[in-house]
Amino acid sequence: MSAVLASLIARGFFSSEVVGVALLVGTVVAVVSGTVGVFTVLRGQSFAGEALGDVNTTGGSAAFLAGVAPLWGFVAVGVAAAGAMELVGIQRPRGRDLATGIVLGFFLGLAALLFYLVATLHNTTGAAQTVLFGSVFTVSSSTLPLVAALGALALGTVALLYRPLLLSSLSAEMAAARGLHVRALGVAYLLALAVAVALAALTIGSILSTALLVGPAATALRLTRRPATAIAAAGALGIGAMWLGIVLAYDSYDWTSGRTGWPVSFFVVSLIFLGYLLSGLPGLIARRARDA
Amino acid sequence: MFSGFMLNAWEVASIVAVVAGMVGFFVVLRGSAFVAHAIPNGSFGGAAGASLIGVNTLVGLGVFSLMGALGIGVLGRRGRHDVVTALALVMMLGLGALFLNLNVEYEPEIESLLFGEVLGISANQVLPTAALALVCVVSIALLYRPLMLSSVLAEVGEARGVSAFRMELCFLLVVALASTMTVPVVGTLLIFSLMIGSPAAARSFTDKPVVAMALSVAIALLTVWSAIAASYETNYPVGFFVGTISAGAYALGRIWAAWRRRALGRGQLADGRAPATPLPSSR
Repeated sequence: MSAVLASLIARGFFSSEVVGVALLVGTVVAVVSGTVGVFTVLRGQSFAGEALGDVNTTGGSAAFLAGVAPLWGFVAVGVAAAGAMELVGIQRPRGRDLATGIVLGFFLGLAALLFYLVATLHNTTGAAQTVLFGSVFTVSSSTLPLVAALGALALGTVALLYRPLLLSSLSAEMAAARGLHVRALGVAYLLALAVAVALAALTIGSILSTALLVGPAATALRLTRRPATAIAAAGALGIGAMWLGIVLAYDSYDWTSGRTGWPVSFFVVSLIFLGYLLSGLPGLIARRARDA
Repeated sequence: MFSGFMLNAWEVASIVAVVAGMVGFFVVLRGSAFVAHAIPNGSFGGAAGASLIGVNTLVGLGVFSLMGALGIGVLGRRGRHDVVTALALVMMLGLGALFLNLNVEYEPEIESLLFGEVLGISANQVLPTAALALVCVVSIALLYRPLMLSSVLAEVGEARGVSAFRMELCFLLVVALASTMTVPVVGTLLIFSLMIGSPAAARSFTDKPVVAMALSVAIALLTVWSAIAASYETNYPVGFFVGTISAGAYALGRIWAAWRRRALGRGQLADGRAPATPLPSSR
């Protein structure tokens, strides 16, 4: 058994502190993203999730200019963008993507200005790369309490609002008929999404944050119709993809004979994409059988 | 401001604005803002790949845009459209991250592809851009009637033999073509703002499709021209001005639409007639 493990997992994997932190952070982010993600998919707001992740480039460079920790920039700009999307009209299904797009365009324009200012004032470039392609291997263990606190905030909001939020996500009309405040629920959910995405982007980069938010949740919702089961499955799928991705990325240092290794984000995204494609197979086979 | 290298910038930016205004009209009409974000953004992975194997950036951008468009079109037939778009985007960017990682020389180009370098356009970029733009404009002109029908009344279109799926694929391919052509010269950010902000603003001013499309092109042109002038004067990046002006144009459109609704409401009180029902806006 241990011989098999040793051949699959490169030497030093379990004794490395970097890997330990990466696994821990990856788990927290996968659970939070999976839970919030099920609602994102049900509400058809994947674009909002992706946009809030991209907006973090603005937050990151704003924080860099202001000289505060990137996290505060992420959260502040994320919440501001979520509020702007709400104002422009994300709550109407018809204008949803348009509202998201207008806000995203504006904030990315702002990011262009901030990057320029960072580059001219501080004479450094590379802020964009760090924010866009952040790596779970560069997370320091000192950010762990913050990661846990943000994760708890997003999860707590969703848990507190679970039933009304679920109803309003599945059928806004029915929720309104029962006297629920659909718009307030939408705002609360959007804020939870902003926090979850900020947390993910801070630790694993904005590409992976969208992948973990949408992929496992969409796969889970194809496998089960029960929301609670889907949330559990999304968390499990996310954790699986994250861990396997980290193992593969760690191993890849050996394949490339110790040069640079392949990025974690590539492995995790590929696994998530593959999982989504595979989860469509049962439905495809059933349709073929029915048509034949 | 109008000499030497700036002349290329004016020319290419104007071409890009015309294409963005036309393609963007359908993007907004079909509610496909996410696709207009995902395809140009994801095609960036193709640029990284092209640089890795040493071929022209345009080839990499083209291959990735096409793959992304076809992937979104085919997978979106069965799955949730926004989910499929998000996954296609992250897959393309994930590949981009891998290509970047394998290639150490590429890094400084990242920001230029994201935010564009309109003011750094060289003369030999003008011709390919113009040629691709022509293909884009001709395809839109050829597709105009069936695409319009399929976007506004998909069921009627199907009944008349216009396949909604085929139209979706055609539309995605046009977006892919527009991305390939515009990303290397203006960056993913700028093209997205132009494709969303200008047509969304134009639609607030008129309900007639052809007028809206013309207005969308006009607003896009005004946006890039003033953005380039402002950037030339202040040295701040063009992308910032395009993003801000686009959002501002949209806000103006919303204010105008709200003001007109109120004016129509008052008209009803004055002469006792019902206010003219606004044309049913599509989707």
